[in-house]
Order: sequence, then structure tokens, then C-alpha cells
Amino acid sequence: MTGFLTLLHKEILRFWKVGFQTVAAPVLTAMLYLMIFSQVLADHVRIHDLPYTSFLVPGLVMMQMMQNAFANSSSSLIQGRVTGSIVFVLLPPIPYGGFFAAYVVATIIRGMVVGSCILLATLWFAPLQIAHPGWVLVFSILGGAVFGALGMIAGIWAEKFDQLAAFQNFLIMPLTMLSGVFYSIHSLPPFWQQMSSYNPVFYVIDGFRYGFFGVSDVRIETSFTVVALSAVVISLLTLQLLKSGWKLRN
Amino acid sequence: MSDFSSASSSLPAVSILGVSKRFGKLLALDNLSLDIAQGEFFGLLGPNGAGKTTLISCLAGLAKPDSGQIKVLGHDVQRDYRAARTQLGVVPQELVFDPFFTVRETLRFQAGYFGLRHQDDWIDEILEHLDLTAKANENMRRLSGGMKRRVLVAQALVHKPPVIVLDEPTAGVDVELRQGLWQFIRRLNNEGHTIILTTHYLEEAEALCHRIALIKEGKLLALDSTENLRARHGGASLEEVFLREIGSKVSSLGELK
Repeated sequence: MTGFLTLLHKEILRFWKVGFQTVAAPVLTAMLYLMIFSQVLADHVRIHDLPYTSFLVPGLVMMQMMQNAFANSSSSLIQGRVTGSIVFVLLPPIPYGGFFAAYVVATIIRGMVVGSCILLATLWFAPLQIAHPGWVLVFSILGGAVFGALGMIAGIWAEKFDQLAAFQNFLIMPLTMLSGVFYSIHSLPPFWQQMSSYNPVFYVIDGFRYGFFGVSDVRIETSFTVVALSAVVISLLTLQLLKSGWKLRN
Repeated sequence: MSDFSSASSSLPAVSILGVSKRFGKLLALDNLSLDIAQGEFFGLLGPNGAGKTTLISCLAGLAKPDSGQIKVLGHDVQRDYRAARTQLGVVPQELVFDPFFTVRETLRFQAGYFGLRHQDDWIDEILEHLDLTAKANENMRRLSGGMKRRVLVAQALVHKPPVIVLDEPTAGVDVELRQGLWQFIRRLNNEGHTIILTTHYLEEAEALCHRIALIKEGKLLALDSTENLRARHGGASLEEVFLREIGSKVSSLGELK
């Protein structure tokens, strides 16, 4: 347990020491999105009978939470592998389950810190309303876990930083941008509605937004089931990779 | 510091039995077997690419052998990896460090990974022995190469392992630091720690090691006490012994072809 707690502490301290880059930068990005989109569309668009700015806030928060969760575990692992400093966590007797848990919990915490800061900052633009705090928490944890585990897979798989960037730009970014952050999927043509329903990130956003407003594109139970199953499958895959020592223990 | 003389001395510190490891077409370790006794100062020598670092990686659990078995104080490094790794401290060959942390944070984390908390007294003692006390709160990035090398040694010792592996610890290190480091390592050996050393400085190996294994292309060429190896070659220096052993085996392998 001490090994897990120490690795968790180290991972949290790692992102906290560069908080300007890991916390302040994503908050600024989210604020820019909010200012631009709400400025352009606030007077023209209402979704689920909500002002567009209010509708946008939970999606932006969750998008940044997921992207930062992914960045946290992937960058820590690839930096360790490229510089060789990963030996410091591979030489000790930390079980692979503890290793996995430490990285994923740290990513969830970073996601929550970033998400909370964005929520605080958006108070200037839209009143904060949380209809179901429990669902907000559940989707924060599950969304962070899915992307933290994906980040671990990417950080272990990538040999170079540009491979990691490709993973981030060609998979993570499209999945999050096309997940209903900026719109309700009911406003899409039928084909794209169908495509969105295959994107698990859509359910993270939709479920998280339900926690704020009590309204969603699909039933909350459906979103929870899809996201929880995604978290379980990706976690099991990551655990299997760690157990096998793939790319870490040759 | 800890004294390990109470451990059962009949149990080898490290037992390597029929270990082979292949990377693609390269056979890095070829059915290698040897035992290292507790309390030994053991030299693992060979030319570049001989398989020394691969053997250390297999011993430390950083690589999995294709066949064979390695035990540290009776604990299999694969099946009983938690107990095996607790007994082992490894100073890696590369000058690696985590640029986010200070020296003290680095050592606290390393102790914690091994399940040890509140180790500041022991960390202070190591820092003092390695002349790092003044650098305790410096970020790792700000240290010179020699200082970083000392921190690597400190990291390997922070969980008080009975078996310490030093993979070319003095590569690129100045004479003063080298002497200070050996003085400290000798002291650890006198207190009962088993030391396994790889180095290209053969005069260091000759002065420090009780027993030496010479390996080349993953095969064990010679395994004997330093004195016996030298005596076998008419009292020649270890450097000459090394060149002759490596050379003669190369010749005999050539004749076999």
C-alpha cells in the first residue's frame, strides 16, 4: 500500500509542480472556447431549453478533464521511458495493480482540479446549477479513469513523443470534440447521430451534463452503463499489458 | 548501518541457473549459470555487448529471461518478485533522473516505493556519506553529472538492500568522486552487503573484487577468484588476464568453425 501511495503522491506532485502548464493552461483554453462560442451563439441557440452558455459549460469542463487525464498518465510514462527514469518505479516491488491505480487516480485528481477551476472561472459567464451532484462525481471519476487508462496505454506504446502526439491528435481530440460538447446530437443529421452513438465519449459528456441540468440526449442509465463498461474494459486491457510487462520489462 | 551477517550464509545472494535471453536474432545470454555468495564483492566483466547489462536487467526484473531461473537470496525474481526486488538495490548504468524533484524528494519517493516511510534519518546518513548534504534541497536538474551519479547510488541504498548491483558506476566520474564512492561501497561490503560490480576499469575490479566472472557474447568464459585468475596467467594484471581470456576464447571459437 505504501508503494501505491508513494507513486500516487509523486504523480500528483509532478503535475502540481508545473501547475501553470497542467492546470492554468487548460482553464484558459476552456475560457477562450466559452467566450468565443457563447459570444457568437448565446443569443441564437437554446438547447434542452437552456441558454447556450449554460449548456456549453459542463461539456467544456468534461472535455478538459478527459484531455488532461490522458495527458497526465501518457506524458509521465513516456517521459520516464524516453529519459530512462522509469527504472525508479520498475525496480521496486510495486504490484502492477498498484502501479495502475496510482497513475489512474492521479489522472482523476488532475482532471478534477482542472474541472473545478474551470467551473469556478465560468461563474462569471453562467450561474452554476448542479441538479444531481452524485452523477457529476460519478462521471468525473469514470471519465478520468477511461482517459487515464488510455493515456497509460499510449504512454507505454509510444516510442517517441511524436507518436504520442499522433495518438492525442488523431484519436483523443476527435473523440472528445465530436462528442456533443458544443451541441446536442439531436441537432445532427441521422447519420451523424448514429455515428455519435458509437462514440463512448458522447455518453461521458451527456451523463456529466445530466448531473448539472437533469436533462440529457439519452437516458442517464444508458450513459452510465456505456461509460462504466468502457472504464472496465480499458482498465482490464491496461492491467493485462502491465502484467505482461509489454514494452516496460522487455 | 545494517549488518547482514545474520542471514543464512549458505544461501547464495544471487543464483543464476541456465539463463538465456534473446533479442531478435541476437542471443544476449546463452545458458548462463553462476552463484554469488553472500558478502562477496563480485565482478561481472566483459567487453561491450557481452550481456552484462542484460543479465543485470534480468536479475532486477527489468527484462524477462527466455529460459532459466534467477534467485535473489532464495527468491525467484519472476514468481516471487516482490521479495526478490526488496533484497536488491540497483545503480543503473545510464545517468537517469527525474527532473521534477529535489534530491531529498527523489530519495523519499524511492524509499516509499519499497514500502518504507519516515526514512529521513537514514536518508540524511546516506546524503552525508555521499557528500550530498549540501545538495539535499537542490532540484536534480541543477546537479553535475558526478552528483547525479551519487544520487543514483543513494537511491539504490535507500531501502537498505542486502544485495547491491553497480552497473558501471564510475563511468565518466572524476578521480576524487571515484575514490570516495569506492570507500563507501567497500564499507558497505565490510558490513555484509553483497556487491555486484560491472566496470570497464579493470584496475578497480582487481583492487575490489573477491571473485570475477568473465562473460562474452552471453557465455561465461571464466569464473574464479581474482587471485586464481591472475595466477593462472602467471601473475599478470587483470587487464592482461581479461585480454588473454577474451582473445583465447575468440581464437578457440574460430578454430571450431
